[in-house]
Amino acid sequence: MSDSSYLSERPLDVAALLSSVGASDRGGIASFVGLVRDNHAGRAVKRLEYSAYAPMAEAECVAIVAEAETKWPVQVALAHRIGMLEVGDAAVAIAVAAPHRGEAFEACRYVIEELKRRVPIWKREWYADGSSDWVNPAGSHAVNAPEEVTIASVGERHG
Amino acid sequence: MTASVEIMTVKVLLFASYADWIGRDTVEVSLPAPATVADLVRQLRDEFPQADRLPARPLTAINAVHATPDSPLREGDEVALLPPLAGG
Repeated sequence: MSDSSYLSERPLDVAALLSSVGASDRGGIASFVGLVRDNHAGRAVKRLEYSAYAPMAEAECVAIVAEAETKWPVQVALAHRIGMLEVGDAAVAIAVAAPHRGEAFEACRYVIEELKRRVPIWKREWYADGSSDWVNPAGSHAVNAPEEVTIASVGERHG
Repeated sequence: MTASVEIMTVKVLLFASYADWIGRDTVEVSLPAPATVADLVRQLRDEFPQADRLPARPLTAINAVHATPDSPLREGDEVALLPPLAGG
């Protein structure tokens, strides 16, 4: 693993990602591109600032791609943007090539769901009035933060 | 007479909202061995008044691998406290 293969501080090149997984024995490519939306929970969003625990995020991405490529006969390309993003910018891009469409769609869905569940990336929303807040996908911001936050299948132990 | 108590030191990494709350992104914490992730979080909440906003059982990682509150700590571990993940 190179030290920054999945996280990028520069705009994502979706076309390059798509072409990187094509091959003559793969009949289809499924893709998912996550974009910065201009609103969240009723507030107008101007930009999103992404940050990561980079070494762990890279390692989790390596693992997720390997899992998808083991479960299905696919090749996966994945990139996640870090830094300040404007509305409409691509925050995450996934391309999955497979012999047939079913495997491509299933594996693509797996990669985005696992990324959201396991990869240590955070985003701060910046609003039109200049204020900002951290996004908590589990619910409303810190006020109702759950006492326990767990990942369902934490099985790995260190050491 | 208390020489038998072994003290370990771990490096705590804080991110996003947790780093904002505590006002820094790394903290060295010493605590009696043996200790778990839950012991460390308790100690942090004792040492830093602002840390009482942390969940009692936050998502954590030890040396960049997802951990649980019961995971044991070793001298020199890097323990990351991970706010709710928001990638994608």
